[in-house]
Order: sequence, then structure tokens, then C-alpha cells
Amino acid sequence: MSGPFISLVMRDLKLASRSGGSAALALAFFALVATLVPLGVGANLNLLARIAGGVLWVGAVLAALLSLDRLYQGDFDDGSLDLIALSPLSLEQVALAKLLAHWFSTGLPLTLLSPLLALLFGLPGPGTWALFVSLLIGTPAVSAVGAIGASLTLSLKRGGLILPLIILPLLAPAVIFGAGAVTAALDHLSNGALGLLSAFAAAAVLLSPFAAAACVRLNLAG
Amino acid sequence: MITSLIAQKLTCVRGERRIFADLDFRVSAGEALVVEGANGAGKTSLLRLIAGFLTPVSGSLVLDTDKGAIADGEERGRHIGWLGHHDAVKPQLDVGEQLEFFARLYGAGGDVKPVLERVGIARQRELPCRYLSAGQKKRLGLARLLMSGRGLWLLDEPFAALDTAGRALAADLMRTHCASGGMVIAATHDPLGLEARSLRLEAA
Repeated sequence: MSGPFISLVMRDLKLASRSGGSAALALAFFALVATLVPLGVGANLNLLARIAGGVLWVGAVLAALLSLDRLYQGDFDDGSLDLIALSPLSLEQVALAKLLAHWFSTGLPLTLLSPLLALLFGLPGPGTWALFVSLLIGTPAVSAVGAIGASLTLSLKRGGLILPLIILPLLAPAVIFGAGAVTAALDHLSNGALGLLSAFAAAAVLLSPFAAAACVRLNLAG
Repeated sequence: MITSLIAQKLTCVRGERRIFADLDFRVSAGEALVVEGANGAGKTSLLRLIAGFLTPVSGSLVLDTDKGAIADGEERGRHIGWLGHHDAVKPQLDVGEQLEFFARLYGAGGDVKPVLERVGIARQRELPCRYLSAGQKKRLGLARLLMSGRGLWLLDEPFAALDTAGRALAADLMRTHCASGGMVIAATHDPLGLEARSLRLEAA
């Protein structure tokens, strides 16, 4: 079973990295948002360091959103999803493969880029470290929750517009705990935000393949 | 190996609309079945129902294999080779990559080169799929069928977009598949070019 599973992950990564793919787009969007905010707020380093966690977390979530609407829609529109559904993989495995591919092509690069962008906010070392760790833990949750929304809207022609309305409210806990961890690190406190974020991410990643598979089943029958 | 597909009193409803009702048919290994009917008579719905994407509101559909009978839709899907009316081709991938991905996804080993040669697109192996014509994409779909190693082929308009040689090729592939104990169910308006039973769907 591992052969088909890995082949699907690799194909999605290949598609994300080729022209018209979304990986580079999400990174560029993230970098631009993170550059514009300090320009708009002005050179108040204390203020910038304070808001860095929240701004970068929101920026990362929005950047990940950019590539989410095509997660299933591309395969649905051109008929690939029919062929994938008939493969030896269960739809739950397919959903997990797509979740992994989305994280590797979007969540992980965003996380790796975040320490560089934290410099623009004058975020001190412990804060940057907390940001990096919270994104590393939290971005899988973003991909997982996003995958549910993407599978729900895969047959809608303008699904990309309704997708944020569905998943952004569900991602509020990730943003709260993620940004909270950064703020706590600035104050040299420990508020357990990372623990709560881990719990949220674990639940999201575990449940997402089942929910997404159910949505795909519904849409294939539609 | 599959031995037969038996449908009894099959009824399909999509949305509020009844597509067909009380459909009976039987296909045995080595046979081809042509599904005929006017536009909107439910040919594609029947194929999607056999593939397990749709569930019938009533009636039964059983695929007999040498390992026992299969009534579950998703389990039945593991025996199905699918050629839909969408091309399922990614413009960013080249022809070879596309077919190699599919072979790995279906756990089918073997080299893709002879298959590409068989369907006449071996020279386009390195070509990104965005440059393929509609007919060449259809040939790639036929290559996928061959590669899948599945027993029951479900074909939706297999001849659409194909040139004369392509149609002869598609008919030949179906004939070979049936001769080796496979099953073909095709929805088409054109003559299949091989001996086949026909099932006519009347608009409900």
C-alpha cells in the first residue's frame, strides 16, 4: 500500500512545484504580507515585536489558504479524482496523502521562512524560536482543517471564495495558541499555548482524513 | 479474475430525478456490453453506478469473482478500469510521468514504454501533456486502461476525439481484453466494432 500512497504524495508535490503550482506563490504572498506590515506600522520595534506573532501567524494561514482551493478541485475538474478513487487506496488514505503533500509544499516552507521574516519585526531570539516551533506544530492543523473545507467545496466553480469563510473560523484556535506562544516567549513566561496547539493539531490531523473522505464520497456521487 | 456482473432491478435517482428504473442485465467474462440511449438517458450515471461512485436507490449489483461475490461499491471499484469523458491529464506533467504515476498508484509494475507504443504515443513520452491533442489524451487514457490490469473496463464515449486509426485501435484493445477474459461496458453512440450485446436505456 505504501507504493501507491507515496506516488500520490510525490505527484502532488511535483504539481505544486511546477509552473502554475502554488508552493512558490504561497511563500511570496507570506513574504509580501510580512514586509508590508512593518512598513505600515512604522519603526516602533517594541510594538512590532509585540504584534509579530499574531501578524505572521495570520499571514501564514492566509498564505496556506491560497493553495488550498485547488487541493481537490483540480483533480475533480479533469476527472483524475475518479481514477484516484478507483485506485487500491481508500479515500481516507487519499485524503491523508493530499494533506501531507499540502503541508510539505506549503506549511513546511512557510515555517522555514518564518525566522527570516521575524527579523523584519525585530523579534528577539526566544520569540523567533517560539514562532518557528509553533508554526511547525500548527501548520499541519492548517492543512488538515483546510483539506476538509477543500473537499467540501471541490465541485463548486468559485469554491475558492467560500473556502475561507468555512475554515478561517475553525482555525481561530491555531492562531490564538500559536501567537500566544510567541507573546509568552517574549515575556519569558510559559502559558501552555504550545501544548494546547499540539493537542489541536493532533486532533485535526487525525480527524481530517475521515471528514475529507466523506466529503469526497458525497461529491463523487453528486 | 472476475466471472460476471449481474444487475437486478437497478434504479438510479440523482437529485430528485429518476434516471432509470428496474434495469436488469448480466455481463460475463469475455463479453462486451454497449450501453445505448439518447442524450440524458443515464448512460454515464449507469457507468458511475457500476464504478461505485453512485449508490442505487434500489436493486442489486453483484460482481462475481473467483474469490467470491462483491456487492460493495468501493470494493467493486478495485476491479475497474475507468475511461471517463474527462481526460484526467495534468498539463504540467509529461506523458511518461503521467503514465508512470498512474502505474504506481494502481500498484501495477512494468515498463510504460511498450504500452505507449501500443497506443501510438511513444514519441510524445517527453512531451508535457499541455501540448497533446484531444485524441492523443484519449490515447493516453487507453494506455492507462492497459496499464491498470483491471478486469472490468468502463468506457464513457471511448471513440470521442479519436481518428479512424485510433478508433480501430480502441476496438482492437477491447477485443483483446475480452478475448483474455476481461469485461467491457461501453457507453457510446458509435458502433463498437466488435461483437457486443446491447443495453438500451430509455429516458424515464
